[in-house]
Amino acid sequence: MASEVSLQRDIHAADLDKAENLGPEELWEGGKEPFKASYGKLMMWYFLLSDAFTFAGFLIAYGTLRFSMFTWPVPDFVFRTTPFYTGHAPLVFVSFMTFVLIVSSVTMVRAVQEGHRGNKSGVVFWMLLTILGGATFLSCQAWEWTTLIKGENVTVTQNPFGKHETDGHYLADEEGMPYKAGEPKKISSHGVEINPAEFKKGEGYILEPVRNEETHEIAKDAQGKTVFINRAFETTDGKKSYLTEGPSAFGALFFFITGFHGFHVFSGVVFLTIIMLNVSSGIYVSRHNHYEMVEKIGLYWHFVDLVWVFVFLVFYLL
Amino acid sequence: MVDYEEGIRVVKKGFIILGALTVGEVGIALLGNGHIIPGFYMPKWLMYPAMISLSLYKAYYIVYNFMHMAYEVRGLALSVIGPLLLLVWGVIAFMQEGGSWRHNRELIIEKNEKVVKPAVNTQGMLKTHKQVRGQYSF
Repeated sequence: MASEVSLQRDIHAADLDKAENLGPEELWEGGKEPFKASYGKLMMWYFLLSDAFTFAGFLIAYGTLRFSMFTWPVPDFVFRTTPFYTGHAPLVFVSFMTFVLIVSSVTMVRAVQEGHRGNKSGVVFWMLLTILGGATFLSCQAWEWTTLIKGENVTVTQNPFGKHETDGHYLADEEGMPYKAGEPKKISSHGVEINPAEFKKGEGYILEPVRNEETHEIAKDAQGKTVFINRAFETTDGKKSYLTEGPSAFGALFFFITGFHGFHVFSGVVFLTIIMLNVSSGIYVSRHNHYEMVEKIGLYWHFVDLVWVFVFLVFYLL
Repeated sequence: MVDYEEGIRVVKKGFIILGALTVGEVGIALLGNGHIIPGFYMPKWLMYPAMISLSLYKAYYIVYNFMHMAYEVRGLALSVIGPLLLLVWGVIAFMQEGGSWRHNRELIIEKNEKVVKPAVNTQGMLKTHKQVRGQYSF
């Protein structure tokens, strides 16, 4: 039976070689592969095409809603946190995430190349690095989401970030000292570091709670609730204004779109792991098809990188 | 074996190109928004097309070199990339639609700010709905 299968594959390979020299009419006669690609690979391309439309639908919805609003969060203001650094580092962390994904795409290309050479251990090695890249990306995303939800109070239904002027001049309400977007988190006039946990949900983007001048205790109103000061900013014509809550659609779009992409990365990591285990078990060697499965998951993995190019563009750059 | 060496060279080149393009994109975003040179800003009409072009080139590079579309049959490439051209219409149409919503929102705000003189009758009383209606022919 096994030899029969391998014989069929040899005939199949011979057909492909023959197809190289055929014109379009003979190619489409039937019994040959007109696109010179196997069924599985072709269907992977068409799956990715349909997936591209899904992502495009999401991103176009993002664009439409953004175009319909007067204000929209400024990316280098929203995404300015990074681990192991308390100051503001706009776009640094997400650039690192992008870099991780590019590296994992490169290692995937290497895995496919080793597959063409029939180097089993090479395929396993480079696939393992790709899996590590995917896992690193997911961990970074988990950190980013946690920071946005816990620290900045962005949720699916709530977005504290409105738009500020592009020149980014802000005023601290208490002292009236202008400071720029991107500077370290505002220290209150008494030099007390602001704990993001003190931000109150649902009341605009809260800069800091009001503190008693002598005791530095957080002021409470008659109902015993903490009194907050909203973030103030100076507009280009010199007027002082307060930043109000931004469009809530931002939160939902951000978590759904990056989440949908993250889900693709996660399923990619799962499939890569399964296929890597299959490679090491030698199953593809017995199939005599030059590790085509590695090539197919490779297509998927590059697509995940490709989608990130556009997610990165619309959420973090524009 | 030559193919193998060539392959590694292509991978290295791809890594450098994609990395450099990403650095370029982030560089434009940070430079344009005044994060690199204090007080220096770039106009959005310059930044946006530059960043979009770099991203499109990255996408092209990934599809054609990493996904090997360059080595596929023309028919396959056309059947995958052809349908994506619909998105050109999609982006234009929906951005225009979004702009139209925004225009309508502006209109509502504008109308809400207008002081409307209340319709009064000769006795200084508010006119009834019927009286107001009677002034106009429909």
